[in-house]
Amino acid sequence: MSQHRPDPDALLARAKEEEARKTQGRLKLFFGAAAGVGKTYAMLEAARALRADGVDVVVGIVETHGRAETAALAEGLPVLPPRLVEYRGATLQEFDLDAALARRPAVILVDELAHTNAEGSRHRKRWQDVLELLDAGISVYTTLNVQHVESLNDVVAKITGVVVRETVPDSALERADEIELVDLPPADLLERLQEGKVYVPAQAQEALHNFFRKGNLIALRELALRHTAERVDAQMQDYMRDHAIGKTWPVTERILVCVSPSPFSPQLVRAGHRLAHRLGAELIVAYVETPAHARLAPADRDRVTQTLRLAESLGAETVTLSGPTMSDEILAYARERNVSKIVIGKPGRSLWRRIVLGSIVDALVRGSGEIDIHVVSGEGAPAPLRPLRVQPHAPDWAAYGLAVAMVAVCTGVAWLMFPHVSLSNLIMVYLLGVVGVATRASRGPTVLASVLSVLIFDFFFVPPYLSFAVSDSEHLITFFVMLVVALVTSGLTVRIRAQVEAARQRERRISALYGMSRKLASVRGVDDLLEIALRHMGEVFSGQIALLLPDESGRLAPRRVAPEGMTLGATEMGVAQWVFEHREVAGLGTATLPGARALCVPLAGPRGGVGVLAIVPGDARAFESPEALHQLETFANQTALAIERAQLADEARRAEVRVETERMRNSLLSSVSHDLRTPLATIIGASSGLLDGAERLDSATRRDLVRSIHGEASHLDRLVNSLLEMTRLESGAVAIRQEPQALDGVLGAALQRLETLLRDRPVRVEFPADLPLVPIDAVLIEQVFLNLLDNATRYSPAGSPIDVSAKVAGLMVVVEVSDRGAGFAPGDEQRAFEKFYRGHSARVRGVGLGLAICQAIVEIHGGTIIAENRPGGGATVRFTLPLAGSSTPPGLSDG
Amino acid sequence: MAEPPAPPETISTPGPVVVLIEDAPEIRRFLRATLIGHGYRLVEAETGREGLQAAETRQPDLIILDLGLPDIDGLEVIRRLRGWTAVPIVVLSARGQEADKVAALDAGADDYVGKPFAVGELLARMRVSLRHAERTVRDVEEQAYKAGDLMVDLARRRVTVSGQDVHLTPIEYRLLTTLIKHAGKVLTHKQLLKEVWGRPYDDQPHYLHVFMNQLRRKIESDPARPHHLLTEPGVGYRLAGPPGD
Repeated sequence: MSQHRPDPDALLARAKEEEARKTQGRLKLFFGAAAGVGKTYAMLEAARALRADGVDVVVGIVETHGRAETAALAEGLPVLPPRLVEYRGATLQEFDLDAALARRPAVILVDELAHTNAEGSRHRKRWQDVLELLDAGISVYTTLNVQHVESLNDVVAKITGVVVRETVPDSALERADEIELVDLPPADLLERLQEGKVYVPAQAQEALHNFFRKGNLIALRELALRHTAERVDAQMQDYMRDHAIGKTWPVTERILVCVSPSPFSPQLVRAGHRLAHRLGAELIVAYVETPAHARLAPADRDRVTQTLRLAESLGAETVTLSGPTMSDEILAYARERNVSKIVIGKPGRSLWRRIVLGSIVDALVRGSGEIDIHVVSGEGAPAPLRPLRVQPHAPDWAAYGLAVAMVAVCTGVAWLMFPHVSLSNLIMVYLLGVVGVATRASRGPTVLASVLSVLIFDFFFVPPYLSFAVSDSEHLITFFVMLVVALVTSGLTVRIRAQVEAARQRERRISALYGMSRKLASVRGVDDLLEIALRHMGEVFSGQIALLLPDESGRLAPRRVAPEGMTLGATEMGVAQWVFEHREVAGLGTATLPGARALCVPLAGPRGGVGVLAIVPGDARAFESPEALHQLETFANQTALAIERAQLADEARRAEVRVETERMRNSLLSSVSHDLRTPLATIIGASSGLLDGAERLDSATRRDLVRSIHGEASHLDRLVNSLLEMTRLESGAVAIRQEPQALDGVLGAALQRLETLLRDRPVRVEFPADLPLVPIDAVLIEQVFLNLLDNATRYSPAGSPIDVSAKVAGLMVVVEVSDRGAGFAPGDEQRAFEKFYRGHSARVRGVGLGLAICQAIVEIHGGTIIAENRPGGGATVRFTLPLAGSSTPPGLSDG
Repeated sequence: MAEPPAPPETISTPGPVVVLIEDAPEIRRFLRATLIGHGYRLVEAETGREGLQAAETRQPDLIILDLGLPDIDGLEVIRRLRGWTAVPIVVLSARGQEADKVAALDAGADDYVGKPFAVGELLARMRVSLRHAERTVRDVEEQAYKAGDLMVDLARRRVTVSGQDVHLTPIEYRLLTTLIKHAGKVLTHKQLLKEVWGRPYDDQPHYLHVFMNQLRRKIESDPARPHHLLTEPGVGYRLAGPPGD
């Protein structure tokens, strides 16, 4: 029986969860039905017990409200000094999150989880502070009353009639490892209230009097007990799953809640959440954007946004769908996601509208098949959907003009046809005109065209002519049908146009995203990536965007901004740094540091954070809808992935270079040590001979020794220079300075320098007189000539000629240096460019770097170099240099 | 014990005074032997500060300056010297450091020798610099310049190669006369541009390369093996100067 075995995937997930928890702090919640049940007291007691066990406990913030026994308990516990905040003339004491993070106690007490922080704090709510503490590995003890639980908020409001604004999302509460219910029977609580043991703020006396009624307290107590029991139940299930106890596991259910701009929607979300919680199901909250959405009043749009936010805070996944009909979209999405239950509000449409326009519920039920539909009623009469507003912008007079003109044209055409065709066909002409208007204009002009058509048709073509009177009542039917057809047609056309517009907008975003990822895949450097990301995001999101990347010490700095010259203030930089460290969205429009001007999104790849995207939107509310935020995050993710890829590639390249350098160094050491020692041995030997016995040697021998010292020293000099040159070239330290130069002049300098070496050599130079200037670094190209000429003399018999020629071929100059020596050993032509390759002639003492250096130099100039044997014997080295960009400088006049 | 006989005075007039500013003792040692052997009177300085002091107190005819000094940057030494004296300065620099050479020349050095160098090369550079200094002192305008097959009559603005008249454009002529004025000395691209074209062009070396190429074609019999207009890659140009240098 497979059911008796724990599901390995589930176990793995739990193991991971536990792994994560180990590095995180533990959250213990002291939970009560109402103020005054003794939560703070219980928490302090627990803290004292911990301290007695030697645990490092610190009081972060505790409200004793002047209660003596509570204050007495707090005594002796180390207290973190509160942060003082000036607010409207009063000084508030706030929990000091940064001090707590710096102090790093094992356990910290933070009272009143639902507290709202004073303006200017990092987080808007205290529970966010607590989550940050947990993430930092600090365990937290905290207190909470049942009325502050988000998903129970509306239930509590129903019981007590008091709407509580300070709520804690259930997703945060689910982080609690332990819940301790602090229970006190209502009678005892009321007694404590009477004795003045319950803290009541002066301004809330009246409200609280209503609140602390026995009925309320009983109901709240039940709610607290039940909520705790549910949590215990969930823990029990976890336990049973771990130990393979139990019979069947329910299939994971998915619940889809459909919301609308109705004020009743938040209630719907909460109901869905409760249902999902009880069933252990996943919750998805969907909003369907129909074409009408574009015409919603801003307040309604805000309400949708807030509902979706509420859903997210309850841990639900939110999605915005769009399509012409709500029910089709919902059902299609539900099937796609394997949703088992759909929760929907009771329709607000009146009966006759339901009959005429159909009801969404009916449509859903008809098409739902195996999916259950839960219809939830609103509390009282939900406010009806606000009437659709006329588009706020000024009427488009040109479109109205078009409508009138179109009717006039139709009338003209009908007038011409009138003698030949029947009335019903004339109507067709007008219908055509109305459809024509509908395809171009909005609803208003179309309606105008419809009505005008009917009137003019009546006036000109229906007897009695040139009068609005109608002789035959049958024509009234004609008018009615004509009007309805015109209106329906225009409605449909307008709707399609709206959909096309919506689709186009979505298409634009998607293609921008697609375009960006494609471009990102094709570039390499981080700066290029950022440039591309910025450009594409700029196309979709209006506002100023900055991409911040960390330096070596982990401090963020703007790496690329758009538009140029955009700067971020100290606050924004602070937000960005926080976002980078916590990898959560913060700043403008979010719950964390909302005072900032910029919204900051982390750029995080699989290996961790790579930077931060900061956007100062042109419209401060641009990212209030979860959809827009998700979109921004998608762009950020793409960018982050690309940056990470680029960084990995860089790392790989660096590692490769390291390995290559290491290999190079080893081979260099082994060959250089021999090459260095041989001349040194000669120099030391010869010079010591001179020192020791100068007077015994005849002058010819002395000259000989001195000459060999000079020769060996020169060889050593050449070797050292080659090595340095090679190293410089390979390390990329050579900054090439290209200027249009005369090649013969550079060759002349090389020939001059090798004057002694070439004394007995006929050097034949064939440079055409009209050889253009070539853009080269003269110092480097001189080195090429030096090495090639040096090789030519070294590897060919004394007195044999050396040929140097140059000619233009296409966009290149081809230069050849040839000798009449033994040439390359067959097959060695390519090896000649390897480092430490030496020609087969054993008598020759070369360095083995000459050609390798030439190759490196020619290649940085964008040319190529090859070696080959010459017909008739000898070697030729041929290299090319590109001519591009070497035109005569403009404005160069003589005189 | 009798006093050893004093070395005979072979030079009737005392040789030029040279201040050698160089921190490496080995190089000072072999230069000491060579320069004294060639009749120069040598004052040695180990640091830039000592060198500046020596230049002030000894009024040398020439200064040999190593660019890499332990205390003051060689370029700074040149600048300070040029603040009050026009004494010729020959710079010793490591090979391959063309930028340093150009900077030193632009700062006012007269010439350079790349390390390692042959003594003959250093002596030739010193001779050219001393001769130029002399000429400046005498301030005599030369009437004609003759080197090998090249003959320039400065008074008549006439240029001949192997007796044949060569027509030069005004800029080419100015370029040639500028080089003649400093014959034997290297001139940096910047110095040439400034003297021939004027200040606004001194960062446009390609002008210079173009005209130098044209000039070379007109006065050199084999432009690839020039006898007069020598290229110093990365630094500048030098007119070879009349034989005997």
